Amino acid sequence: MALLSVQRLTKSFGGLLAVHNVSFDVFSGEIVGIIGPNGAGKTTVFNLITGIYKPDQGEIVFDQHSIVGKAPHDIVKLGIARTFQTIRLFSNLSVLENVMAGAHCRMSSGVLGAMLRLPGQRREEREKIEEAMELLGLVGLQDFYDYLAGSLSYGNQRLLEIARALATHPRLLILDEPAGGMNERETEELIKLIGKIRDKGVTVLLIEHDMNVVMKICERIVVLEYGSTIAEGTPEEIQSNPRVIEAYLGTDEDE
Amino acid sequence: MKFNRKRFYLAAVPIFFLVPLILNPYWVDVLNSIGLYALLGLSLNLIVGYAGLFNLGHAAFYAVGAYTSAILNTTYHIPILLLLPVAGLAAGIFALIVARPIIHLRGDYLCIVTIGVGEIVRIALINDVFGITGGANGIFGIARPRIFGMVIRTPHQFFYLIWLFVAITVFLFYRLEDSRVGRALNYIREDEMAAEACGINVAHYKLISFVVGATWAGMAGNIFAAKMTIISPESFSFWESVLMFTLIILGGAGSIEGVLLGAFLIIGLPEIFRELSNARMLFFGAAMIAMMIFRPEGLIPPVPKKYRVFSGTDRGETT
Repeated sequence: MALLSVQRLTKSFGGLLAVHNVSFDVFSGEIVGIIGPNGAGKTTVFNLITGIYKPDQGEIVFDQHSIVGKAPHDIVKLGIARTFQTIRLFSNLSVLENVMAGAHCRMSSGVLGAMLRLPGQRREEREKIEEAMELLGLVGLQDFYDYLAGSLSYGNQRLLEIARALATHPRLLILDEPAGGMNERETEELIKLIGKIRDKGVTVLLIEHDMNVVMKICERIVVLEYGSTIAEGTPEEIQSNPRVIEAYLGTDEDE
Repeated sequence: MKFNRKRFYLAAVPIFFLVPLILNPYWVDVLNSIGLYALLGLSLNLIVGYAGLFNLGHAAFYAVGAYTSAILNTTYHIPILLLLPVAGLAAGIFALIVARPIIHLRGDYLCIVTIGVGEIVRIALINDVFGITGGANGIFGIARPRIFGMVIRTPHQFFYLIWLFVAITVFLFYRLEDSRVGRALNYIREDEMAAEACGINVAHYKLISFVVGATWAGMAGNIFAAKMTIISPESFSFWESVLMFTLIILGGAGSIEGVLLGAFLIIGLPEIFRELSNARMLFFGAAMIAMMIFRPEGLIPPVPKKYRVFSGTDRGETT
């Protein structure tokens, strides 16, 4: 049974058909990549899965439950976390507070608990701060925990977004161009990190323009063009698929 | 810097509580007004400062608390201070009902609707809804508050009642700020969509900020009614909402210290410059414009919170 099953997903904005009949499965423990030229509808697919947009047609099944029509925060609770293509950190808050945002959905204290500092609330805070520090250690940002998120370098901001997403304890992590804006050394580190995340039992679905990254870490690749799936397979199959070469690999659209 | 700040407050707070001993009743009463606006500012700060929602109708919640207290006190003779939680509850429930359908509105749209809510409440009070608000004349004959048999009457006595409540509020709100709820509101202010994508129920937390803010404004209304013994709709005009909003922006949105300073400046300065009469509003306006140009984050913007971290490497001195 697939962990995530996207079935004939369709979404249009006004007259523009952004996603048309897209179907693919992601199995537990996999690293799956979605590639395609700019404007192919990759990010729209992510926004549909995470509940930011509602599909016009089609079904999204996560862990055997339909998640179509659910609010984004409920989908996070079910175990799907994401990062954004354009980094969306809380840039005026500290690095640690950003990671704590992810832990929010696994905490329970409310207004009274906070005002009275009940023992349960204190314990919860301590635990989650420690967990957040561990996650910062995983992505290598523990020394920056009290920096403002906005003061980090571009590459580190991407890593912080991953730590924040991991703090929700997802079963599926969706990364939207995680290597965007990273230099070669940072990209190498990122590849290792994604491997580590998968080894922790988190399934990874990612969009990436850097073919080096995609071919190195993805076990399966889905190729989109003009909102439709044109190919699906292992990196080797995709690299030798004539339609893909024509649509994507042969051109120089990725900057 | 943090250390010095703490020391400063440890010295300043006891001195402040001794100040009424050397002031005449007029100036103590000015301090009492400042205290009430500090309470209102702190309560509105939950909405405007933490969650970043523009609310220009906060006087409505203040009015609900004041009128609830006044009506229950004058008709059923329940001691006014016992009505403090009732006033808070009434304002909180009112906020829940009013804010629920409008909470998804953004920025300026929400702002306009809250102005409308404030005006509806004021006009309803003038029109003597249900025949219990006393119309334009308001309600008079509210009993003086009593604590352990002592009647609170003079400005000096009210000073301690009001500022004790301010102190408790500051204490509780600091804790709220540094908690899961306070952080959630800050995430929403920073980036609503990212907050939602992190698993935060944005609409729910916006509503919480409105309800808790309104509850505190309602309790401030109770104290106001007890202090004045007469309340009328004109005490809850749009101008009051504007004052509360302005003192937050001037002092520093999202900063408790900033709001307190804002209350001193917005309410205190016009009293100090009373001789200038109408010209003082000119100064006031000019000062606000200058502030917005040169220091838009307010006089004392919020400082980043420090967390005690046990694991990981500590770099000692922080920047």
